[in-house]
Amino acid sequence: MSLLLVLIPIAAVILLNVGFSALMKKLALGVGLLVCVVQIALVLFNGDINVAATLPFLNFEIDRLSLVMMLSGAIVTATALIVGFSTTPDKRRAFNFANVTLLCLAGMNGVVMVRDIFSLYVFLEVTAVSSFILIASEKEKDAFEGSFKYLVMSAVATVMMLSSIAILLMYSGDTSFAAVRDAVQGSNSLYVITATAVFVAGLFIKAGLIPFHGWLPDAYSSAPSGVSVLLAGIVTKTTGVYTTIRIVSEIFGFNETLKGVLLVVGIVSIFVGAFAALGQKDMKRMLAYSSISQVGYIILALGTGTELGIAGAIFHLFNHSIFKSQLFVNAAAVEKQTGTRDMDSLSGVSNVMPVTGWTSVVAFLSTAGIPPLSGFWSKLIIVVALWKAGLHGYAAAAILGSLITLAYFLTMQRKVFFGKEKMAGVKEAGLGLILPAILLAIVTLGIGIFFPFFVNTIIVPVSSLF
Amino acid sequence: MINDSISMFWTFSIFIALLFVCGFYCLLVTRNFIRALIGLEILTKAVTLLVIIAGYTSNRLALAQSMAIMIIVVEAIVVATAAGIVFGVFKKIGSLNIAKLRNLKG
Amino acid sequence: MTLILTLLIALVASALWAILTRSLLMSAIGLAIVSIILTALLFVLDAPLAAVFELSVCAGLITVIFVSTISLTKPVTRDELKQQTKNRIKRYWYLPVIVVALFILLGYNIVAPAPKFFGPYAELDVKNVIWKLRQTDMLGQIILILTGVFGVVVLFKEGFNNDK
Repeated sequence: MSLLLVLIPIAAVILLNVGFSALMKKLALGVGLLVCVVQIALVLFNGDINVAATLPFLNFEIDRLSLVMMLSGAIVTATALIVGFSTTPDKRRAFNFANVTLLCLAGMNGVVMVRDIFSLYVFLEVTAVSSFILIASEKEKDAFEGSFKYLVMSAVATVMMLSSIAILLMYSGDTSFAAVRDAVQGSNSLYVITATAVFVAGLFIKAGLIPFHGWLPDAYSSAPSGVSVLLAGIVTKTTGVYTTIRIVSEIFGFNETLKGVLLVVGIVSIFVGAFAALGQKDMKRMLAYSSISQVGYIILALGTGTELGIAGAIFHLFNHSIFKSQLFVNAAAVEKQTGTRDMDSLSGVSNVMPVTGWTSVVAFLSTAGIPPLSGFWSKLIIVVALWKAGLHGYAAAAILGSLITLAYFLTMQRKVFFGKEKMAGVKEAGLGLILPAILLAIVTLGIGIFFPFFVNTIIVPVSSLF
Repeated sequence: MINDSISMFWTFSIFIALLFVCGFYCLLVTRNFIRALIGLEILTKAVTLLVIIAGYTSNRLALAQSMAIMIIVVEAIVVATAAGIVFGVFKKIGSLNIAKLRNLKG
Repeated sequence: MTLILTLLIALVASALWAILTRSLLMSAIGLAIVSIILTALLFVLDAPLAAVFELSVCAGLITVIFVSTISLTKPVTRDELKQQTKNRIKRYWYLPVIVVALFILLGYNIVAPAPKFFGPYAELDVKNVIWKLRQTDMLGQIILILTGVFGVVVLFKEGFNNDK
């Protein structure tokens, strides 16, 4: 049944558009949330996945990694829908937003379920095109710039991945994961190595790692509020980071060069993202650089190549989508109520918006890795995996990166939320922006506190895949 | 026949590399949105040719043709979306110069 | 072989013309010419279906999209055009340098690719490959077309009368 998760959002979109249009416009948010809830239910009550079930006519397969990605995708999409509907007063724009977001969700479900490199490309393009449309949907000048930069860099990444697929086709005769894996891991030819390098570079562009991060701060900060939540929470993670994990683990294999590249890119991303975030004035732009830094942690963990490292990477991926979405929800609430994102002109917001302030504290403590929140456990697993793999220097650098994370988030918290109140007439944000923040903070706290219960049901089975 | 197709692949790959260079050059040097799109389109045509020639040398022309068809359709939709963005930019600032849209920095 | 070589040289030449020409409309027409030459190449390479798709979609649809976008947006003014041409001449020096470097790079690595010559792909021709073996891609394409429709509605339709 979960295999139909690509088709369910499509059915919802068709339902929304081919019917009683006035009624459907009112129900758009409800239908969207229903799809997300159905997806969460299907993932959580899926039973034991030992056999890769397949549909007779489509080539989808699900394993535990796909389930984790679909769960986080559904949670973030539901959040983005609620936030988008709360911040867009125009009914028609909100309706289009709901439709395109559901199509993006369908694309992401497809990305995590295919077992074929070329189908991966097609579904990546679905996600990318719906992201371009979403970023440009409010028609602001900055949004057009962000969307165009994202479009150009995503198209360049696509061209690189496609040319790599073409060269690998010459060596493997087919584009499914199994055939390409046999071709790549058994061959030493210069062409195969070049194709691998070009493919991984394309994936890094999509994930927004240094030095290919040029589009990311612009796209995240200039997008409308709901779209920022969607982008930061799940789109970049699915199209860039999940595909890297899947392709490196299953197809290219962990040889020494690839591991070295991943480690270096990861550690550079952590530090460059963290230092750049220290100097930002725009709240969303700082959060965007913080995303680059956290994705650096995931790639660093992937670079160890051990089971513990990959488990830490996947767990941190899930945690990051939860707490980063929550930070963006808080930024949306602050922007909506005070009208600005400039951190220097805001102050003492927590006095009038206590819920936003305190949930933001929970989220940023989780980002910096403070116990007992969920971020602490995932960073602990990453550092332990690095230490066990003998990469002591990298482990120490990762801990240092956590300290810098703590520094810039404390700066943001102090500037924006604590202190004396500067702006008059600011009230707490509406229910649509408070409720997702509270729910996501509860999830972060819950995963952190109940982690010993989770470790046997979620972490160990995921890592035993590889 | 294999030797013939390898030498043919060589000839093609030189020209495909030239097309890639042209496409990237256009993308880097231009100051106009529409010309950037033309650069992207030239890159796409280079990749289509690469896919077909890869299929030709490995006797997978059916698979390569279906891949090329998918690539063509996908890129048509991406170009349509990009044209929409360009149109929106023009309506907003009245010019198609990329240098006028360098607002987000840092 | 000489036919293929002629077509390839014409392909690169028209791509260069499309990039370097001054007027946007000529650029779009140059792109259409590149599509037509690519169609001929694909036809010679024994890929007729892809050639037909390339002709109808790229040389048709995309050229129409480009020409309509160019017509609906105002061209650059005369002074801007002069300024841009002067700047471009300064920046043209990239191109020969890159091409020469590329040829030197290729010259060092004359390693022949070792592709394998596989048996036929499940004994089917293109139409059956698409319909029977690559249904996932077809589903992805249908979703993408739906997304494109929404994109056109969102980006083109709404009024720009709010703020400017």
